[in-house]
Amino acid sequence: MGAWSRFLDAFFNWRLIERYSPDILKGTVVTIEIAVAVVVTGILFGLALAIVRAFRVLTFNTLIVIFVDMFRALPPLVLILLVYFGLPNIGINLPSFAVLWLVLALVLAAFAEEIFWAGILSIPKGQWEAARSTGLSFLRTLVYIVLPQAIRLTVPPLTNRTIAITKNTALGTVIGVGEILNQATSAQSFSGNATPLMMGAFAYLILFVPVVAFGRFLETRFGWRRV
Amino acid sequence: MDAILQQFFNLEVMEQAFPLILGGLKQTVIICLIVVPLGLAGGLAFALISLSRLRTVRWAAIAAIDFFRSIPPLVLLIFVYAGLPFAGFRLSPLAAVAISFFLNTSSYYGEIYRAGIESVGLGQWDAARSSGLQAYQTLACVVLPQAVRNVLPDLVSNTVEVVKLTSLASVVALPELLYSADMARSVTFNSSPIVLAAVIYLAMLWPLVRLISRLERRIAT
Repeated sequence: MGAWSRFLDAFFNWRLIERYSPDILKGTVVTIEIAVAVVVTGILFGLALAIVRAFRVLTFNTLIVIFVDMFRALPPLVLILLVYFGLPNIGINLPSFAVLWLVLALVLAAFAEEIFWAGILSIPKGQWEAARSTGLSFLRTLVYIVLPQAIRLTVPPLTNRTIAITKNTALGTVIGVGEILNQATSAQSFSGNATPLMMGAFAYLILFVPVVAFGRFLETRFGWRRV
Repeated sequence: MDAILQQFFNLEVMEQAFPLILGGLKQTVIICLIVVPLGLAGGLAFALISLSRLRTVRWAAIAAIDFFRSIPPLVLLIFVYAGLPFAGFRLSPLAAVAISFFLNTSSYYGEIYRAGIESVGLGQWDAARSSGLQAYQTLACVVLPQAVRNVLPDLVSNTVEVVKLTSLASVVALPELLYSADMARSVTFNSSPIVLAAVIYLAMLWPLVRLISRLERRIAT
């Protein structure tokens, strides 16, 4: 067997592609499910935190800043291992996919809060004053006047951050969540062949290349922070 | 409450694990010292190629950047570490980490540099060239300094991401900070070593995270 066909056999083995396609597909579904759950809950929680922060109550804001800074500074894998191995010992048992979802959603919420907050701060004070002087309450001003303008500014950075955190679903493989990478590595060690890894990488490309390209489009369209 | 203290903040366990974790910290620092400069240099190369005047070259660079931004770094790492041996390249964990993180981080740094270079007005190029500077002198002495200043928060923020990324090296058994902490955890059946590692990560990165918030606010207003 020549070098080229050996290479093909190790990385693009048709028999294995057929054999393991269902597994990779199953992993893809799990990845998508967790990704959607993380994106929805993470962004909503982040937005809620930013709204609470807009009321500028000192105790709440201190707590929010501590939470946000910690989850921005800690590697997600550290948090995953801490929650997954630590909580059972104090009597809280969470399934591994729930651990993955919880940690990634909190990480996304922390980054999202910071981005929304930067957006809120970037709205000129005159907008607040004008809205308040027409008789709108603080909350109404925030919801109807400030947030719609702020959120527009946050779209590109938030999209990029969301994509980056969504890719961290691959970390679930470390605690045995049956997502793409987990299916691919177990198929790889089972078959002694790199083809399943290629399939896994390919699945990620199909999922994320359109999202990354979309993020690039948003960035040019909305133009954040052009100096 | 007692159980929580016992499980997560057990000073005795932390003391036992400390030498091991300190060794891990050293490895983490070594990985950072390899990956951050490589990524900064590779990113600049990516950015300059993606601003080429030739359309095919430009598109190839952007395709490569998007490719490496689409693959989760852990997938890339496992592919390099466990997949490449099938093609005859057997790499040490450190080499696999260096190669895969170089590809990942330089594509992110590349995007940041590119945005920075594009944010510098074309008039700067024209003025510098007409004053007699060569193209590379214009780039190095006029455009890049302004570009880097404009995207400084993003550069710092990506560097924080790179340091956090090094924790993935634990998956390929490179004995860095998280790996050592997890070893200690599996021996002691106690999570305190991981809390200690988390405290060390916080000590390294919290100041940078604060700095980013301040830099971002300064530019936003």
